[in-house]
Amino acid sequence: MVEFAYLNPLLAAVEGEAQDAGPLAAVIQLIYLGAVVCFILGLKRLSHPLTARSGNILAAVGMFVAIVATLLHREIVSYPLIVIGIVVGSGIGAVFARTVKMTAMPQMVALLNGFGGGASALVAGAAFLRYVNSGEAPTLDVAITMQLSVLIGTVTFSGSLIAFGKLQELLTGRAVTYPLQKPLNAILFAGVLALVVWLVVAPSGWVVFAVLVGAGLLLGVFSVIPIGGADMPVVISLLNSYSGLAAALTGFVINNHGLVISGALVGASGLFLTNIMCKAMNRSLGNVLFGAFGAAPALAPTTQAAAARGVRSYSVEDAAMIFASANSVIIVPGYGMAVAQAQHVVKELTDKLAAHGIDVKFAIHPVAGRMPGHMNVLLAEADVPYEQLLDLEGVNPLFPQTDVALVIGANDVVNPAARHDKASPIYGMPILDVDKARTVMICKRSLNPGFAGIDNELFYAEGTIMLFGDGKATITRLVAALDDFF
Amino acid sequence: MDLIVIITVFVLALFVGMEVISKVPPTLHTPLMSGSNAISGVTIIGAMVVAGRGEEQIGAILGVIAVIFATINVVGGFMVTDRMLKMFKQKPRERT
Repeated sequence: MVEFAYLNPLLAAVEGEAQDAGPLAAVIQLIYLGAVVCFILGLKRLSHPLTARSGNILAAVGMFVAIVATLLHREIVSYPLIVIGIVVGSGIGAVFARTVKMTAMPQMVALLNGFGGGASALVAGAAFLRYVNSGEAPTLDVAITMQLSVLIGTVTFSGSLIAFGKLQELLTGRAVTYPLQKPLNAILFAGVLALVVWLVVAPSGWVVFAVLVGAGLLLGVFSVIPIGGADMPVVISLLNSYSGLAAALTGFVINNHGLVISGALVGASGLFLTNIMCKAMNRSLGNVLFGAFGAAPALAPTTQAAAARGVRSYSVEDAAMIFASANSVIIVPGYGMAVAQAQHVVKELTDKLAAHGIDVKFAIHPVAGRMPGHMNVLLAEADVPYEQLLDLEGVNPLFPQTDVALVIGANDVVNPAARHDKASPIYGMPILDVDKARTVMICKRSLNPGFAGIDNELFYAEGTIMLFGDGKATITRLVAALDDFF
Repeated sequence: MDLIVIITVFVLALFVGMEVISKVPPTLHTPLMSGSNAISGVTIIGAMVVAGRGEEQIGAILGVIAVIFATINVVGGFMVTDRMLKMFKQKPRERT
């Protein structure tokens, strides 16, 4: 490795830097180590909402220090391009971060994942071109990680853009399926792997490399389009993990331990969340990725049929009366609350109820919304204290002693069929047991089935009351109607 | 030998990541994701070297785009995470 360093300028700079390149390089490596320590301590502080903000700032400081240290890198001879890149990138990033709505956070994260993956692919690509131009052959490990970094980076980039498009509703949120989809994807995947092997064995031309880049981009597109909107929490978590892996692989290519460790941290984080999301849906990762859940819209029952099955539709005034006589209320928010931007009026409702001695809690299902923790962020935005938000295990024992369970824009996560109907596609998924509350109130635009495309028997249950209408408008009127009782 | 060292570092870091992240409560999963996302933007240090080593055309173009992408990731990620985290509040003290 050391003699190789003299042959190749890229490797010379980064490989064996601490040994060969003098004290400055060793200092830079130590600074990177310090940055990594900041990242780990920062993530550790995310274990509590009160320390989380300082943790994020600590991680940001670590990143800043790492960037400044890199400016001292002896291989860097000109600064204009770096400055341009950082200024432009900071501007775009800052505008995104300041203007994005909290409800749009899933697509924001998808987009950021994509940029991270894209950057890693570009760095690995630049390393490859350098080898091609210099005529040097990289060592086997560098050759392998370089191509894998390009592959994972491009898949992350295009996959994230598709996920962004779906979440932003630029593309259909449904699972897009077509004949022979799986075989075609399998062929594409095999082809991509073959290209990687080709480039490792014979790292010659940039033409093959360009084909790999194109194929990687296509693979990202085709792997995400068959996945429906409500499975996005899994996809975003997985892409998050990929963006970390791409960074770690880039670290292998340029032999930078800081990059490898940070990438591994992010990779682990993404995998951890992916696993939680899959468990919360009682589905395997394979089923989420290839199951094409939610491909076709199921039809809503007609009004007559609904009436025949005993749907009770209440006015907000009647609903307000029930609230007025309740002692305890649990609110179950879902993606519908985000769509209706109803979080602030929901907070008004809780304030009004709490002011009259009614105990109000929130029940958050792990896959409520479009990304892990989506509901928690929206409610935090509306100033709901986080202690009031309970998770599945914490809240389910409370439903039997609860007077009113108010479901706002959630559907599949409260469908009792998951507990007893073995034929149901969501059978076995852990759900919020709202049906055990004395009264279930469901605020929903229509009887349309949820994402899984199945009817919800809860709508027709004896203790269920439907409040039809837009979430925000209905809750606003409910708040007003409560004034007559308090 | 170097490769073995770096693989060792990678595997150990995966375990550290799992250990640290499993302590994050579900209520903070969105900020965790955007924050860890910003950390994956550390690839910026590779991008800066590519952009700064005075390469001719294609290398320079790749480098500057890589720096832009990575910076969006870093700056956007940390800023939006901060914006979220400052919203998480405790219950106000009961008035007596």
